[in-house]
Amino acid sequence: MTKVLDVKDLHVSFNTFNGEVQAVRGVTFDVTKGETVAIVGESGCGKSVTSQTIMRLIPNPPGFIKEGQIVFEGQDLAQYSEKQMEKVRGNDIAMIFQDPMTSLNPTMTVGRQITEGLIQHQNMSKQEAHEKAIEMLRLVGIPSPESRIKQYPHQFSGGMRQRAMIAIALACQPKLLIADEPTTALDVTIQAQIIDLMKDLQNKIDTSIILITHDLGVVADIADRVVVMYAGKVIETGKLDEIFYQPKHPYTWGLLASMPRLDQDDNTELLPIPGSPPNLLNPPPGCPFAARCPHAMKVCTEQMPETTEVSTTHQVACWLDHPLAPDVKPPAGAVRGE
Amino acid sequence: MNTSEKLSPDLFKPAQLDSSEGEQIRKESVSYWQDVIRRFRTNIGAIVGLSIIILFIVMSFVGPYMNSYDISTQNYDIQNLESFSGDHYFGTDKFGRDLWTRAWYGAKISLLIAFLAAFLDVTIGVTYGGVSGYYGGRVDNIMQRFLEILYSIPNLIIIILMLLVFEPGIIPIALALSITGWVPMARIVRAQMMKLKSQEYVLAARTLGASTYRIMTKHLIPNVMGPIIVAVTFAIPSAIFFEAFLSFIGLGLRPPGASLGVLLNDGNKLLQIYPYQLFWPALIISLIMLSFNLLGDGLRDALDPKMRK
Amino acid sequence: MASKENVILEVKDLKKHFHIGKQVVQAVDGVTFDVIRGETLGLVGESGCGKSTIGRTLIRLYEATSGSVKFNDQDVYKLKGKGLNQFNQKMQMIFQDPYASLNPRMKVLDIIAEGIDIHGLAKGEERRRRVVELLEVVGLNAEHADRFAHEFSGGQRQRIGIARALALEPDFIIADEPISALDVSIQAQVVNLMKKLQKERGLTYLFIAHDLSMVKYISDRIGVMYLGNLVELSDSDSLYDEPLHPYTQALLSAVPVPDPEVSRTRERIILEGDVPSPINPPSGCRFRTRCPHVMDICAQEVPEWKEARPKHWVACHLYNEDK
Repeated sequence: MTKVLDVKDLHVSFNTFNGEVQAVRGVTFDVTKGETVAIVGESGCGKSVTSQTIMRLIPNPPGFIKEGQIVFEGQDLAQYSEKQMEKVRGNDIAMIFQDPMTSLNPTMTVGRQITEGLIQHQNMSKQEAHEKAIEMLRLVGIPSPESRIKQYPHQFSGGMRQRAMIAIALACQPKLLIADEPTTALDVTIQAQIIDLMKDLQNKIDTSIILITHDLGVVADIADRVVVMYAGKVIETGKLDEIFYQPKHPYTWGLLASMPRLDQDDNTELLPIPGSPPNLLNPPPGCPFAARCPHAMKVCTEQMPETTEVSTTHQVACWLDHPLAPDVKPPAGAVRGE
Repeated sequence: MNTSEKLSPDLFKPAQLDSSEGEQIRKESVSYWQDVIRRFRTNIGAIVGLSIIILFIVMSFVGPYMNSYDISTQNYDIQNLESFSGDHYFGTDKFGRDLWTRAWYGAKISLLIAFLAAFLDVTIGVTYGGVSGYYGGRVDNIMQRFLEILYSIPNLIIIILMLLVFEPGIIPIALALSITGWVPMARIVRAQMMKLKSQEYVLAARTLGASTYRIMTKHLIPNVMGPIIVAVTFAIPSAIFFEAFLSFIGLGLRPPGASLGVLLNDGNKLLQIYPYQLFWPALIISLIMLSFNLLGDGLRDALDPKMRK
Repeated sequence: MASKENVILEVKDLKKHFHIGKQVVQAVDGVTFDVIRGETLGLVGESGCGKSTIGRTLIRLYEATSGSVKFNDQDVYKLKGKGLNQFNQKMQMIFQDPYASLNPRMKVLDIIAEGIDIHGLAKGEERRRRVVELLEVVGLNAEHADRFAHEFSGGQRQRIGIARALALEPDFIIADEPISALDVSIQAQVVNLMKKLQKERGLTYLFIAHDLSMVKYISDRIGVMYLGNLVELSDSDSLYDEPLHPYTQALLSAVPVPDPEVSRTRERIILEGDVPSPINPPSGCRFRTRCPHVMDICAQEVPEWKEARPKHWVACHLYNEDK
């Protein structure tokens, strides 16, 4: 399995009026060829900052990469200049955003927006690019692409716009696609269409996907591997089933237990996680989740736990995994399956 | 794992964490306006602007008494004295009047006209824009059409006509300036009202049974204060400029009254012989205009942090 | 339906049309339902289906185009003076956006006391005492009273919004997407709080949301809306166990389940196309353009709103012969 992307100990901060906000504090994960890695977490956990840093889209100032490497096909993107990045963006790594309304240019036809990248990155002629664009629109399930290609984004519905976005992103056959909350702004029935499309496309074109989301339901649908982030740190990573069926971190338990499920009896009480995430202007010295954790120990408030291996594919950063720690069972709501 | 091997088992006892601690807010409580002042203070340009404005306002009251001359006494023995001759700091004009005294007195009149015009702009503009924006629909439609008609008449014509009818003085000039000057203010307030009235906190107040008056005074006006203040800081220099322009074309205050515009007009006539007679009032008016613009920029950034960067 | 005295809110053929230029948006077009005292009625549907418009029309933020709403047996749209005053106290609303629903220039004390001030219920120390009590009810404390809204997190703000709604001791609360702007772990905090308050104070909720799993968790009964119409209404369990309307079936199957095993095995109904515009809705049944079971009659006749199963209402031609 070849690694497409290897993020090592990434730190990203923002200088603000009140001081340095440490949005990402040592994130390490990798993406292998053809797999879908979901980064999950709540707002402010640093998942979007991480993805934007990979694309080097963080405005500088106020944001800057403090430390760490973003190794993409053997090259460290963190060291790339803006000029070098322009060749990578859209060509090797593409991105789709949450809001299809604002991420398409309203003054350009959808066709132009697809062909633009093809002409720039792939040296295609106008004619070739046009044909390719029609092919892409057909691929993402837009009916009668020959006439749709001449239309402007406002003539598309929300779901169609997101399809068009995907077509633009995939046009150059990127090796990595970063999807930042691609279904959040969509209605449930449209969301199902888009998820279906993404699964289908991944089978057809072997692109690796980083999916940024807060919705564990979407994760269960399409991810192969899951990275759980909290307060700028990765607290647990593992294969899809490992995260859902053998979660090790109390925060992962909390996330799973606080979601109601359609297929479950309403009598299982939801277990909310008390309190709110820490302020990253002045993060706590120990585990960032300690203040909200029902199993917090003294050591948690003093030292950040190291990442330990549960299995070769499953890592967790929690003191409960330490041999000296008491044995703690996850709450009932966090246990899946049987 | 090496470092963690040394940890004592003691550390793995449950920690005594207060679960309510998550609700604590440690930061000091700051109101919106305190926050604005804090942001404003970091803007050097705006602070400089504000300082100059304060200095000039003080000088416009104190300046004329800093030497023994008044604005209108003519003395043909000391015509067109150079600057810094004795206590004629800015020199004298062709009638031997002290320019220092006249410049600061003129600044006072100009500022007075500008503040008065701005006050009228705010009063009329906020009321008109507020009503138009809050009620919307047909009321808004009619009010906006009237506004457009008013605004489509070149304001210079209205002002000139007004000043032909009334004797030019502080109040007529201020009135003439605000006859169309309140229109941009009304537009700003209307746009803000439109935006704010559908905000959920306004809806919440309505569901609680709040009266229109209460919604206006408690919810809408306090939230449009920011843009109003910014608009005023930009309206003042443009009023000063317009007053100077009117005086310059001879529609301003009658001699021996002085405003910055009158002084500029006088100085302009002797520009090639006695350039300092134009220089000092021009410097003062430029600094006032610059300062108000710096202040306005600073206020806009401080009042609406989202606009920054 | 339930016996008359238990019905707190009776909605009959409610319509709300908006005029935009010359076009008419039929946001809500003939909706009939009852809300029973002490229950939670969930209202779900996709954006633009009119669920929020219903909430706002019920509480008189919008004027209804036609139809009647009876609250405690009084016609809501005919209320004046004292009756209106009473209505403004007894029916309250919780809003979606915790950032837009609190006035940024006011202290929490004044935000929560707004209703108390409007109706002149308390002053000075008594006013403050009541606010602190409400803050404690929603899990905050006296120390928070003198702070401004921007100092709080989303979940805390939403609880302040709940405290404001509770200040007038209402019977009925319309919760318009109260949790959709919040993070998952915080959503459960707010929903559990709402459940607790309902138990303690005997509140009745109209819970408007697009998140079916959360609606099912909190609601006793659920109404499903599509393009300005109510298409199905029943107990939440029977709605989930036996959805009758094809739209409800599709909606239920489209909700992602946070369980990989279930995701892999279950069959999903993926609806084709998008929701049509409410300016020019399809004739007959409005769902027919996307319905997998569409028949000839669907384009010609508007399906009747009927009780196809006991206490299970649906508007669909598929259930005509059941009568």
